[in-house]
Amino acid sequence: MSQAAVATMDRKPMPGMKVYNMKLGMWVFLLSEVMFFTSLIGSYLIMRFAHPDHWTDPGVVLNVPLTAVNTFLLICSSVTMVKAFSAIQNGDQKGLKNWLLATILIGASFVGIQGIEYAALSGEGFVAALDGYHAVGRGNPHEGPSLGGPLYGATFYAMTGFHGAHVSIGVLCLIFVYIKALRGGYTEDNLAGVEVIGLYWHFVDLVWILLFTIVYLI
Amino acid sequence: MSTTTATETHAGHAEGHHDLGFMRTYIFSTDHKMIARQFLFTALLFLALGGALAVMIRWQLGFPTRPLPLPIRGLFPDTMAPSGIILPEFYNSLVTMHATFMVFFALMPLMAGVFGNLLIPLQIGADDMAFPRINMLSFWITPVAGAIMLASFFVEGGAAGAGWTSYAPLSASGEWTGVYMGQILWLVSLIILGFSSITGALNYVTTVINMRAPGMTWFRIPLATWSLFVTAWLLLLAIPILTGGLILLLFDQTIGTAFFRPEGSGEPLLWQHIFWFFGHPEVYILILPAMGFVSEVIANRSRKPIFGYHSMVVAMVAIGFLGWIVWGHHMFQSGMNPLLGMTFVVTTVVIAVPSAIKTFNWMGTLWRGNIHMDTPLLHAVAFVALFIIGGLSGIFMASAPVDIYFHDTYFIVAHLHYVLVGGSLFGIFAGITYYYPKMFGRMMGEGLGKLHFGLSFVFYNMAFFPMHNLGVQGMMRRIYDPNQYAFLQGLQPMNTFISISVFLFAATQVLFAFNFLWSLKAGRVAGNNPWKSNTLLWTTPSPPPHGNFPEMPIVYRGPYEYSHPDRDEDFWPQDEPPVASGSGGQTAASPIPEPVPGD
Repeated sequence: MSQAAVATMDRKPMPGMKVYNMKLGMWVFLLSEVMFFTSLIGSYLIMRFAHPDHWTDPGVVLNVPLTAVNTFLLICSSVTMVKAFSAIQNGDQKGLKNWLLATILIGASFVGIQGIEYAALSGEGFVAALDGYHAVGRGNPHEGPSLGGPLYGATFYAMTGFHGAHVSIGVLCLIFVYIKALRGGYTEDNLAGVEVIGLYWHFVDLVWILLFTIVYLI
Repeated sequence: MSTTTATETHAGHAEGHHDLGFMRTYIFSTDHKMIARQFLFTALLFLALGGALAVMIRWQLGFPTRPLPLPIRGLFPDTMAPSGIILPEFYNSLVTMHATFMVFFALMPLMAGVFGNLLIPLQIGADDMAFPRINMLSFWITPVAGAIMLASFFVEGGAAGAGWTSYAPLSASGEWTGVYMGQILWLVSLIILGFSSITGALNYVTTVINMRAPGMTWFRIPLATWSLFVTAWLLLLAIPILTGGLILLLFDQTIGTAFFRPEGSGEPLLWQHIFWFFGHPEVYILILPAMGFVSEVIANRSRKPIFGYHSMVVAMVAIGFLGWIVWGHHMFQSGMNPLLGMTFVVTTVVIAVPSAIKTFNWMGTLWRGNIHMDTPLLHAVAFVALFIIGGLSGIFMASAPVDIYFHDTYFIVAHLHYVLVGGSLFGIFAGITYYYPKMFGRMMGEGLGKLHFGLSFVFYNMAFFPMHNLGVQGMMRRIYDPNQYAFLQGLQPMNTFISISVFLFAATQVLFAFNFLWSLKAGRVAGNNPWKSNTLLWTTPSPPPHGNFPEMPIVYRGPYEYSHPDRDEDFWPQDEPPVASGSGGQTAASPIPEPVPGD
């Protein structure tokens, strides 16, 4: 994300325009991301209201405690992201690097735990495909009756999967920002890259809080 | 974050002004004008391809199961057209791919890609887009997606054949259409292409909000840029919806999910809702920019201020909002609750109001104007006339009870071609002929241009007007051979007439291609401002250099100050400083207005 936008002119923007291009561009991009997740969440809601028999009670199939921990981790990573930005606002290079590294590690752990969760769930027959779906619930023997239906699995993987992809892309971008920070690429007057990736990161965090609520808790 | 604005300014872009070499100038250019030209050539090629597919469709309908004429008979393998006779499966692919190429690879790049890139920075006084490299990415995605789409003709089973709307479950499983890989490539191509639209749109929105020259307030922005700004918002918010739906459909095709497959309790109707929730804003993406160029051309060629500038802007913004709540009118036949259907009838009829406002404003602008009958104006007036016809037939279908009769007949085909060919394509011709001198520094040939216009207009109406009649008599759209039904056999002469008209219309476009290419080298040198226009675009050299403006333009007035009574010249450029002691009551007060809040 760092220098994705080459600022184009030595001219000041229109008087009264307080938001610089990169930041405005990221806000606009996030609006289009809102619409993307709206299409997924909207489809989910329609499926769920149309076919309540494809869903089971919360916690029967999905591992809510594990994901609650993961949710907590992701919220923590938003805090570390804020700390990183606040550090460079004060010119604290060391703080910037450390908090960025913390954000990267927590973000990567989120994706890792999600991978572990996926592996466990698909081992228990909770898959996206229509033919393979045979969810037995957590810890149940495999020959048990199938719980819910394939729409449960398909919507679950589509929504959490695309969120996970967004977190992964965020981690990659953060790594770029981190490498630039290691080289001293950011200063108090030049911190657009940190601020803009921060916006993205908080957005992804916010989406997860929505997804966790509607996919896992209700 | 006042500290951060510094990052903008000192990054500089002086490196853009020295010689960049062939690759950086012509291939991987970050210059918005070069990207506009790249989009123009790419999209015109796809337009020609889409036209060729249309000609083949009309060959089958005009001369059912007759072998294709000799020169192209041998081109097709037995899986498409054995001994030159188009197979029904190949016909499905032709119908699908004609619409797909025209909508996604010709009209959208022509509207947003070409004119968005060319006009936005030049009309608002910026030296480039906000994000030039993202702009380059936005272009280069298009040929990649186009190559994937083209490749689908050559895979086993042929290209996608479920219609450009790709209704599930027809599109969700190859067992219905016999198309497996082709449908997957169709989905992948459009998913990739979506990124081009989104990156382009976020560039346009940021540029218009943030990069206007001093004095370029919201209500001094030329209408072409306003229309592209509204279009950019529609692209930005509608395309991700389509992308989400395409991805779910791709999962149904590849990993066996059942989002849209009824055998797994999926919801085929959900696909229609997703598609049209995107699809109706898309309709306005394809027409709004044309409304913008047409407004510019009509005001300029009538030498009059545009009639009702503010109402034009408000109407476009209103269309942009209302376009989101009318999608159900594509689905009256899907078994929706009649009360819901009634709601969509009302919203659809309401959206006719801003469209009508614009139409009356164009006529008001022409009224008693000093009209210059040259090619751009002819195309622009044709746009208005044909858009009225297309709009009126739209009101028939907006009414659910009438739509029950017209749904999926050639009446729909007539309507959508009146809006997309009569509207969008004539608007694009107006735009290309009007802005050609700025893009290439030379005028297009006027005589050839008028000939192309006249023949196109006549052949176009001969081709598409009778389709209303076909629809009223019950001929279905996308039908391979109408003669299989006794009640449609009597329509064969009309179908043959339409086909011949389409061939003539297509042949006429050769005149345009010749004029376009010939004028690149041999056209009359245009000079900066051949149309004596007011907008900042025309203060730059033709074509404008890298960086566009030698120094920051300052804007003093709106873009349509033509034939001002106090001036000798009949135009008044936006950046010409007012004369302090002039008789016009203009004062040399601060050119830079108060900051516009809330942007």
